[in-house]
Amino acid sequence: MDKSVWSNQKRRAVWAAGWVLLLLMAAAWGAVGQVSAQSEPPTDDDVNAVAKELYCPVCENIPLDVCGTQACAQWRDLIREKLAEGWTREQIEEYFALHYGDRVLAEPPRRGLNWLVYVLPLATLLVGGVIVAQTLRRTRRKPAAPAAAAAEVDPAADPYLAEIEKELRQRPE
Amino acid sequence: MLANFGFGALLLAFVISLYGIGAAIFGARKNSLAWVESARAAMLLTFPLITLTALALVTLLVRGDYQVQYVYNVTSSTMPLYLKITALWGGQAGSLLFWSWLLAAFASAVMLRRWDRDREFQPWVIAVSLVTLAFFLGMSVFLENPFERFWQTAGGQQVVALFQPAGALAVSPPDGRGLNPLLRHPGMIIHPPMLYLGFVSFVIPFAFGIAALITGRSDDRWIRVTRRWTLVAWLFLSLGLILGSRWAYDVLGWGGYWAWDPVEIAALNPWISGTAFLHSVMIQEKKGMFKRWNMILIILTFLLVILGTFLTRSGVLTSVHAFAQSAIGPLFFTFIALSAAISLGLLLWRWNEFRDEGQMTSLLSREALFLVNNLLFMGLLAVCFWGMIYPLISELFTGQKVTVGPPFYERATGPLWVALLALMGIAPLSAWGHSTAKTLGKALWLPALASLAAVGAVFASGVRSPWALAGFGLVALVVTVTLYDYIRGVRARMRSTGESPFVALWRLVGRYRRRYGGYIVHLGVVMMALGVIGIEMFQTETQGTLQRGESLRLGRYEVTFRSLAIFDTEDGRNVARAVMAVSRDGQPVGELYPRRDFYFDSGQPMTIPGLRSTMEDDVYILLVDWEPISTENATFKIYVNPLVNWLWLGGMVFIVGMMVAAWPSKEPELDERRAARRAAVKVAAVGD
Repeated sequence: MDKSVWSNQKRRAVWAAGWVLLLLMAAAWGAVGQVSAQSEPPTDDDVNAVAKELYCPVCENIPLDVCGTQACAQWRDLIREKLAEGWTREQIEEYFALHYGDRVLAEPPRRGLNWLVYVLPLATLLVGGVIVAQTLRRTRRKPAAPAAAAAEVDPAADPYLAEIEKELRQRPE
Repeated sequence: MLANFGFGALLLAFVISLYGIGAAIFGARKNSLAWVESARAAMLLTFPLITLTALALVTLLVRGDYQVQYVYNVTSSTMPLYLKITALWGGQAGSLLFWSWLLAAFASAVMLRRWDRDREFQPWVIAVSLVTLAFFLGMSVFLENPFERFWQTAGGQQVVALFQPAGALAVSPPDGRGLNPLLRHPGMIIHPPMLYLGFVSFVIPFAFGIAALITGRSDDRWIRVTRRWTLVAWLFLSLGLILGSRWAYDVLGWGGYWAWDPVEIAALNPWISGTAFLHSVMIQEKKGMFKRWNMILIILTFLLVILGTFLTRSGVLTSVHAFAQSAIGPLFFTFIALSAAISLGLLLWRWNEFRDEGQMTSLLSREALFLVNNLLFMGLLAVCFWGMIYPLISELFTGQKVTVGPPFYERATGPLWVALLALMGIAPLSAWGHSTAKTLGKALWLPALASLAAVGAVFASGVRSPWALAGFGLVALVVTVTLYDYIRGVRARMRSTGESPFVALWRLVGRYRRRYGGYIVHLGVVMMALGVIGIEMFQTETQGTLQRGESLRLGRYEVTFRSLAIFDTEDGRNVARAVMAVSRDGQPVGELYPRRDFYFDSGQPMTIPGLRSTMEDDVYILLVDWEPISTENATFKIYVNPLVNWLWLGGMVFIVGMMVAAWPSKEPELDERRAARRAAVKVAAVGD
């Protein structure tokens, strides 16, 4: 009985120790991850990956990763700093949008009037689609005779090729 | 003196074109041939006059007469002769003049054709061309005068004016500011004229369309007369866009060819509506359908041409404030709005006369598929137009500037391009009038199988992106379908004439230029699609700072920094040029020389990539930065752009196809005979 109690306690202790160990390991893993993220400076490619999605706040329509001005070089350095501090891409984009306005984002943020630019092309396409569908539907209702004729058409006898051949026969070269 | 002479000729051309408009309209109303003839003479006279104006400006540019503000702005003494001449279209004032000159040339050429069968169109074609011309000439005369000069008033103030203010002295700066260095590139020298040629030639079909509306002649004559103009317009516009892309790839130094910049889109918009028009007119020619729609398309294209001309050079797209400040902005918009109102008003007035003659007989017929093609192009136009215009709207209403960049356009237009590719594969197999799922299926299964095989091969080579696989599959489909159509035609000829395959091919293409030229264009498009898929989906890049002797790896390439030299050139540049050794899979493949040119006169840098092109991929190296004194280390950016060469090769095939399609036919009566035969059939059908 004692033995079983002990073993129960022991088992619980082992489990607890196991959990603690697991937690510690996870924490250590995270810490190591943290440390490695901080210790390894972001590469040019990391910086460009973020800069690519941002637009130069002073030049027109030039992504930050290719902009040649001094100002943009400084902004790229800023991105590097923020990355080194462990910021994510979204945080950096937000930071830029906050400081330099929405124009630094590659797309208008989806809110307010900006929805226009997303909705209007789709709406145009839809309206066009409806018009085309109606035109085609008008077609379907009418042609009793042509449909029957179409069914008889032999695919090999393309009317266009027939036309070529006919013309060739008419005026041999 | 020369400036005064140039301005005089310009003013005269403006006055004469105003007279021509009046004479043409009066002649048409009074049915007076003499007045119309007089209007025609006026039209013909504008060309030599504007030629004189342009020659005067070119002389000033070449002479380096920096008292003239335009010359001062776009040239400098270090620029070579060819750049001084082409600086004619290097700035806004010169561009507008150049535009007028091209329009006068084209409209005059139209005047020289035989008009016997289209007499009633003539006065209205003259009127529409001259209204457009007068608008542009008016801009040059009153607002964007390229002959304005610098003067110093008695009070010591420097002013810009056309004529010498009382008591003022001429001021001539010692040297000009020079052309924007980005524009000093062969691509940029040819690109604007090509674009403008395309823009201007679309005015001709528009003028005939309006003439058809005014006279109420609702047959397809206006389309037949202007068919070649439309093709030529489209050829030049396409060429302009392709050259512009190539220029961007070579000069702008971002590793790509198309940035979805608003200025690019302003030039793309008329191309989109023009492409829709080009396809849609065939339905009217064959079936007498979509007359109103074609009219809408050519009106839309004309409006987009005017808008594009304005937007590409005015700087308006950068900000609404630039628009508010520029004098020409409101005028352009007034002109566009008036043109839209008048043309659409005319169309509504003639709405009933321009009723469809034929009707759809099958959902899978060629005409039905063309309709879908038009829908897709209109979708593209909606995306591009709104994306281009929205930043202005946002700034106007909310004060907030926004950017509509590549992610927006890629997401929105990607599916539409893919659908267009699919249509290019299917439509050539469908017949005019009647096609059923069965007939189409029979024609399609073999090419579809080939396309699946291609997808399999690409998949086996390791590509997993579904979009890329779909793209490659569709490319294979279009290629097979196109070749299949060629083979069918050649076989048919061989059967009935016993010609050898080559003779049969030559004569077949020669006789049905538009059809087979069009298919060559399709082949060009799919080759370009290969390039686009390659660079859009598989481009890789890396950047790093290297000491001499160090290297950077990207994919199969290894790039080693050998040396860097910094020197001044005689034509006013400071150049930093690196020597890079490139090896592929460990094998040396040569050296590349990325460089950065700094132009003293304009204070602008320019990044020229080191580029090695093969059909498989391009390696594209940019010199980003360097250690100024020691030149011991430098930063490079490397791109590998798979398949992008197919884009340029496809572009050339595309142009060849266009030329085949647009080449003047030796047998103009062939069309007429066909039209007559169709009319006879129609009469017979009605008789039944």
